[in-house]
Amino acid sequence: MLINHPLLGPRDAQEFVYKGDASLLRRPDSNAEDALERFTDYAYLRDNPAGEHRELWYHEQGDRSWLVVTRNTLTHEVLDVQLASEVGR
Amino acid sequence: MDYSIFRVIKEALNNHKGWGPAWRNPTPKPHYDIVIVGGGGHGLATAFYLASRYGVRNIAVLEKGWLGGGNVGRNTTIVRSNYMLPGNEPFYELSMKLWEGLEQELNYNAMVSQRGVLNLCHSDAQRDAFRRRGNAMLLQGADAELLDAEDVRKLYPYLNFDDARFPILGGLLQRRGGTVRHDAVAWGYARAADQLGVDIIQNCEVLDFRIENGQVSGLETSRGFIGANKVGTAVAGSSSRLLSKAGIRLPIESHVLQAFVSEGLKPVIPGVITFGAGHFYLSQSDKGGLVFGGDIDGYNTYAQRGNMPVVEDVCEGAMGLMPMLGRARMLRGWGGIMDMSMDGSPFIDRTDIKGLFFNGGWCYGGFKATPASGLCFAHLLATGTSHEVAAQMRLDRFARGAMIDEKGQGAQPNLH
Ligand SMILES: Cc1cc2nc3c(=O)[nH]c(=O)nc-3n(C[C@H](O)[C@H](O)[C@H](O)COP(=O)(O)OP(=O)(O)OC[C@H]3O[C@@H](n4cnc5c(N)ncnc54)[C@H](O)[C@@H]3O)c2cc1C
Repeated sequence: MLINHPLLGPRDAQEFVYKGDASLLRRPDSNAEDALERFTDYAYLRDNPAGEHRELWYHEQGDRSWLVVTRNTLTHEVLDVQLASEVGR
Repeated sequence: MDYSIFRVIKEALNNHKGWGPAWRNPTPKPHYDIVIVGGGGHGLATAFYLASRYGVRNIAVLEKGWLGGGNVGRNTTIVRSNYMLPGNEPFYELSMKLWEGLEQELNYNAMVSQRGVLNLCHSDAQRDAFRRRGNAMLLQGADAELLDAEDVRKLYPYLNFDDARFPILGGLLQRRGGTVRHDAVAWGYARAADQLGVDIIQNCEVLDFRIENGQVSGLETSRGFIGANKVGTAVAGSSSRLLSKAGIRLPIESHVLQAFVSEGLKPVIPGVITFGAGHFYLSQSDKGGLVFGGDIDGYNTYAQRGNMPVVEDVCEGAMGLMPMLGRARMLRGWGGIMDMSMDGSPFIDRTDIKGLFFNGGWCYGGFKATPASGLCFAHLLATGTSHEVAAQMRLDRFARGAMIDEKGQGAQPNLH
């Protein structure tokens, strides 16, 4: 798989470490009434869809940036790549 | 029809005209007491034990493809009970005991071969960890032996003992571990279940659940509606996909694991060797092919194929451990989709929907679990309570902080 890095261009997926569903970027509010329940869901439950999936890849053997990659889990086609720092903003 | 040596002789004299199909091909009935979704090893074993040990006969197994087309026919056939934690080890040891009597119980040759599983160690720390795990195994009634480098050398003189990075210092050997012919397990359970009246329905994909007032009443399938008092799902890598139809989110990611086979060779590897530090393990099939693999690819996927980096990594592991493998040619490789759970351990549990039960999260190690998984899932479906050896394999264990994390990696499926 090639990941089209927004700054570096196409890079081999082997250079990256895979973290998982990009919903991990949205930490629940720790002051919420049901914070415990929300954090349990956040840490342990996943949609795990067949099809489009937004996910976090870390360019460990590159520029050390975190990317949000949209990829089709049925075909491995990479549909979109963004810097996590920009998505998170 | 019973399979026996006499039968083989009789059929040989009769030009083998008397062998019929091993199981029926029934049309689905409108309603069953229990419907199992997924005709892999776990689903078929569940149906068999429900019928043989719990006396439930009005059962169907629905399989979207053909028997043996899923992971049960894609794995590298290794069986062992070398786990450490109390939530796991009694379960896997029960599974090992069931393997030992399986062929008699099913009247089917599944080629159960207790040729020994050896995990290699390369550092003092790793040896200590193996000693601890070996002791935990002994406490649960399994067998375990700690070998030093000389012992390993006697078994496998051709390993690369003096590698600078990973010198072989010894290993943890489970002699009762070994291999079982994987697709024969599916066929054996299917035939035995069929003889007890279980309807095995292939080419029947479950598309949705019918749920009324929080209670499951049946399944929408590609062959129409099939009613059921209880439904048990055992669809391995498709768990999240299927259970999402019932509105259930699971602590699971689907990942691909690849495996490879070399050309057929004369017998050279008597047992199973795992080189965990180098992401490589292998055994030799009775046909002569070397069967080997390594790590999962490590990203969410439902495509039943992997990518090149892992092929390279596995081959590097092979060359690192056993340089002579460089002379063998790789014949083919394939992938299977696994239900990687958040702590690396499985689930055999009820769900919040009445009558809907879940079996999954087997990661890359569910083949060895097939008999015990079937037995424990049957127990749960028939009695409504967990079998004692599967009592900790619950879906709510994360919320309770009661993970069964053998490796202590945390909630990161691709590290288990
Ligand atoms: C390459 C590889 C190597 C492995 N090596 C080992 C090993 O050495 N030792 C070990 O213990 N384990 C190993 N495993 C893991 C083991 O194979 C699995 O954990 C185990 O087979 C999963 O259970 P199963 O047999 O029931 O799954 P499967 O055979 O995959 O059964 C699930 C079935 O459900 C069906 N299904 C899915 N969705 C639906 C639907 N909607 N409707 C109807 N049917 C559906 C599928 O078609 C499939 O047949 C390996 C796995 C792989 C991929």
